[in-house]
Amino acid sequence: MSANNFTAKKAPILQVKNLQTGFKIDGDYYNAVEGVSFDVDRKQIVGVVGESGCGKSVMSLSIMQLLPQGIGKIRGGEITFEGENISEFSDKKMNQIRGKDISMIFQEPMTSLNPVFTIGYQIEEVILNHEKISKKEARLRSVALLKSVGIPRAEKIVEEYPHQLSGGMRQRVMIAMAIACQPKLLIADEPTTALDVTVQAQILELLKGIQESNDMAIILITHDLGVVAEICDEVIVMYAGKIVERASVDELFNNPKHPYTDLLMKAIPKMTEDVEKLATIEGLVPSVINMPQVGCRFANRCPAAMPECLTVTPMLNDVASNHQTACLLYDSSWPEGETRQREGATIQ
Amino acid sequence: MTTRDFVQERIDSLEEREVLLDVQNLKTYYPVTGGFFKRVLGHVKAVDDISFTIRRGETLGLVGESGCGKSTTGRTILRLAKPTDGKILFNGKDITKVSGKKLQQARRDFQMVFQDPYASLNPMQMVGDIIAEPILNYEKRNKKELEKEIKALLTRVGLPEEAYYKYAHEFSGGQRQRIGIARALALNPKLIIADEPVSALDVSVQSQVLNLLKELQEEFDLTYLFIAHDLSVVKHMSDRIGVMYLGNLVEVASNKDLYREPLHPYTQALISAIPEPNTEIRKERIVLQGDVPSPQNPPTGCPFHTRCPMAMEVCSQKKPPLKEVRPGHHVACVLY
Repeated sequence: MSANNFTAKKAPILQVKNLQTGFKIDGDYYNAVEGVSFDVDRKQIVGVVGESGCGKSVMSLSIMQLLPQGIGKIRGGEITFEGENISEFSDKKMNQIRGKDISMIFQEPMTSLNPVFTIGYQIEEVILNHEKISKKEARLRSVALLKSVGIPRAEKIVEEYPHQLSGGMRQRVMIAMAIACQPKLLIADEPTTALDVTVQAQILELLKGIQESNDMAIILITHDLGVVAEICDEVIVMYAGKIVERASVDELFNNPKHPYTDLLMKAIPKMTEDVEKLATIEGLVPSVINMPQVGCRFANRCPAAMPECLTVTPMLNDVASNHQTACLLYDSSWPEGETRQREGATIQ
Repeated sequence: MTTRDFVQERIDSLEEREVLLDVQNLKTYYPVTGGFFKRVLGHVKAVDDISFTIRRGETLGLVGESGCGKSTTGRTILRLAKPTDGKILFNGKDITKVSGKKLQQARRDFQMVFQDPYASLNPMQMVGDIIAEPILNYEKRNKKELEKEIKALLTRVGLPEEAYYKYAHEFSGGQRQRIGIARALALNPKLIIADEPVSALDVSVQSQVLNLLKELQEEFDLTYLFIAHDLSVVKHMSDRIGVMYLGNLVEVASNKDLYREPLHPYTQALISAIPEPNTEIRKERIVLQGDVPSPQNPPTGCPFHTRCPMAMEVCSQKKPPLKEVRPGHHVACVLY
């Protein structure tokens, strides 16, 4: 990843600092995302992994300011895109950015296209919203876009409706819409989860190709570690609304530090290995309402947990170059952690 | 004993077992109707002439992409879908045509674990009653004894005894799937058909359920037909694996052979398409073009020839039969 080290010297395209997003439940706000900070460099693919309810989708919706109105709210922190704090932007200003500089693709290609408009109309809508060109030109652009995402008979497809296309094709249309204005950042929320593996392979290849040709950065949100290993440069692992580990992709897969990451990797059956028993993580993610206020949020399920884990909140700490984790075992301000490690408090 | 030895020993012991389920030339077509008089306009050939056997105590995995007919196969064996043609022999008895009381008796021996743990449990029933229902369908039981038995079963699948008095909505997805498994086990069946039992679950919970299914198999001498779209999950669970494409079985082989040496071009593409959580293996990828054709109007000849990178002229003319090309390794492709 030498290219990344080079680009890393420039200012990152997106900086998220101490983001806190809350949801209103019975009149009170509870944070689904709690103090998340990370950078996305230009042309970088950052993967965000975690299980359902870990806050990965809420985080992406916060960046786009697409949280459900009146229920979800950014309660603290900063989101800086190209040097501007967009978390304070008005709706009107945000509309100028959304779809143009930052765009998003969603998990469900079936429900995120409007069934009553043609494919062409929906792509042109994006272009006409952001650029002053004629409808005719927009039509030509959308045909070219559809071709670039590998849709055959693009001239015909622009006249068709979403229900006439298969799942993979609809996801291609979504991608065409998302890249219509050549955004600098694409947020892809589980873009291949609803698709079959052979189609997933097509879509991942397509995303990677577009990222390279358009010099675009991608935040890829997924629960599939396989997908992350396949196309990401950097990975963020989230658990219960917090980042527990962040590293370059090679580092994370070869040298996972946080017990949660480690167990997560051992819990997946792999094609290349035979194991009799898979690793499991006992217990459940604490609910948003009963989230422990101090200590590590994984402590109640962690096989390496120490009594201190319940009272000391771990911070993200460097464990290697370009590798941070939030675990007391690796906390330099907690010298006992190192001793514990040596004593074999790590996971079997 | 290493895992390898364990696997080998298991394969050896399975070969001597008797065949529990024998499916012969099974076809399930769904009619497509239209117009005012609901005329039959055509058929969706969901399962189109497949044959396989499962020995007692064995796990046969069925993989394939959505719409390939793997779920319909499972449902047809349970007679939840009507077979159009072919034979299903269970324990030597033909169950293809039985109905009424006889079918009910036969069903005692095969149970199903469903995909969606949220939709497959009655929200109005107490968990204890959900599990008791299949038993009470067949036997009159003493209430106290039954309760004790069910509580023991709940403990066995990893739930607390108090779960008996709770309702489905009080449980997480993984716990609900455990309830579904307990219900399937209640009648002490011989065969369990698990249709995507973990696809709705998170990774950490998925591994718990997979481990549980494996333990139970050992303990109760169960036979599984394990249906899933995730190849790595199927590989972990199965002794033998059948790969389906568009209603056809294109390859059947032992777990080891299939992954070490896939023969059918579709299997090869499918295996190469799986993203592996390991950055050291950067695989040579076979990316298939296009989508799966509609099962209502499947291509003539080999069903895969429209997307096959190795298709030849003959492929579009004649459908290749499933042939044993190596011991225990069956494939339906003209290349072999």
